[in-house]
Amino acid sequence: MIEVRDLVKRYRKAEVNAVDSISFAVSPGEFFVLLGPNGAGKTTTISILTTTLSPSSGAVRIAGHDIVQDSSAVRRNVGIIFQKPSLDQNLTAEENVRFHALLYGLYPWRPSYRLMPRDYRERVNELAEVLGIQKEMFKPIKTFSGGMKRKLEIVRSLIHRPRVLFLDEPTTGLDPEARRGLWEYLGEMRKRSGTTTFLTTHYLEEAEDADTVCVLNKGRIVSYGTPAAVKSDLVEDYLVFDAEDRAALALELQQLAISSVPFEGGQTKVPLHPGRTAHQILRSIHTPLTVIQTHTPTLEDAYLEILGREAGATE
Amino acid sequence: MTSDIGAILAIANRDFVKLLRDPMRIVTSFVFPIFFVGLLGGSLQANLGDSVGYNFLTFTFTGIIAQTLFQSSAQGLISLVDDRESDFSQEMFVSPVSRYSIIFGKILGETLVALVQGLAIVLFGLVIGVPITLPILVALIPASLAACLLGGAFGVLILANLGSRRAAEQVFTFIFFPQFFLAGVFSPIQVLPWYLEIPSRLSPLRYAVDLMRNVFYAGSPEYPKVVLASPAFNLAIMAALFTGFMVVGTFLFVRGERNR
Repeated sequence: MIEVRDLVKRYRKAEVNAVDSISFAVSPGEFFVLLGPNGAGKTTTISILTTTLSPSSGAVRIAGHDIVQDSSAVRRNVGIIFQKPSLDQNLTAEENVRFHALLYGLYPWRPSYRLMPRDYRERVNELAEVLGIQKEMFKPIKTFSGGMKRKLEIVRSLIHRPRVLFLDEPTTGLDPEARRGLWEYLGEMRKRSGTTTFLTTHYLEEAEDADTVCVLNKGRIVSYGTPAAVKSDLVEDYLVFDAEDRAALALELQQLAISSVPFEGGQTKVPLHPGRTAHQILRSIHTPLTVIQTHTPTLEDAYLEILGREAGATE
Repeated sequence: MTSDIGAILAIANRDFVKLLRDPMRIVTSFVFPIFFVGLLGGSLQANLGDSVGYNFLTFTFTGIIAQTLFQSSAQGLISLVDDRESDFSQEMFVSPVSRYSIIFGKILGETLVALVQGLAIVLFGLVIGVPITLPILVALIPASLAACLLGGAFGVLILANLGSRRAAEQVFTFIFFPQFFLAGVFSPIQVLPWYLEIPSRLSPLRYAVDLMRNVFYAGSPEYPKVVLASPAFNLAIMAALFTGFMVVGTFLFVRGERNR
């Protein structure tokens, strides 16, 4: 559903890449979480994927459409919840929803709610019921709580039945209770609609329910896999190998009884243990390698690790 | 394309609804032009009216109405910057609607807002005795629409690369003030020295003002003294400018949004 290959973004006048050659894929129906501290490049990535920002290089396809060549088709197939709420405070909830429906060409324009097609009005009633805001639907957004605004945005973004729903730190700025409410609501929505969901967050606990977690730090992917795999990943040192002849490399590692796991982009990851140093492993391999990387947890990783432990401790 | 028409109307409707919800804005937007017509037009007519050989009140009135529509529509486009600051523009720019349709929707919305202001000025004109006959009133509609649309497109072009409301307001003051004189809003520009003639012809407002005067002075003995060019000429220039401003402005605005 989403394919990202060697995506790079460097902002104008910036010295370093905000997103530095990342690759990943998301399958239909998957719940994918992009995890990372502030400034890791999460919003940059989501902005590029939703066509609001041009990439510097790399290729991205969403629902089969290229984000640069075919941006209009991409936009039709995605729904987005931005980090900052993008509701018009001066309009009512219904007017915000109607504006969205008209932008996506779902209904013809009519000067007022009463004159809109019956189908539309029924849909709005249905949504209001789901959110429990039948009375407030015709009141200005200004009077809504933060959590309610977020829920309304989710409802609004699903009205055109997107194939992928993007959420950029949707719980930021909400109090714990509203956060939990929103989270439960989101889980329910996902189950009911089966929409592929792409979420960014800096809370590790929000990645617990994900099918795949991708940890981003300083624009690079530092870990990738199921939540369990990622958690164990954050505390280990490992090597990343790649070879022209991947089969030969795999075979050789097997023969040497060196345990390895697949890494992003078809590369191979070899965890390091106290008894076996990177130097020893490198010396024993004869297959010509094209990529050799060592990975040592940085401070940022440790920060994430601690965050993870705290999340685990409270359960 | 049919879905874009709905989107354009929705975007325009939103700006209009916001005006209706803000009565203070309606009231304040009347004050300035009414002061201008009443004070400036009245005093000029009393002191200079006889010597120039035509009614100065009407002359000023026609200038002010074109200028108000043009400027109000252009400045209204600052709401595009507001939308960006309040993060609402994201909602529009991630939709599958063509970028030109989004910008056109904004121009149309601010045109509607400016027309409300125009209506108030016309009513005021009737009260103070500006001769507005029924045929003039009818011809006023397309001339006003043209002034608003041109102003809106001009606004987009100016705003395309401005990041904040503050910057936009400063630049607008700087750009509009000279045009008051170059376009002949309340001073005759039949004869100008060459160094003013050039910028005057470059001022888009000049053509909106002249079109408005065509409407008011058509068939009157003062016509040749007041009007600079035929309505067809003015309309042709305005249409060309509108298209150019709109295309270049949208391109620059979208580029500024995406290429950061």
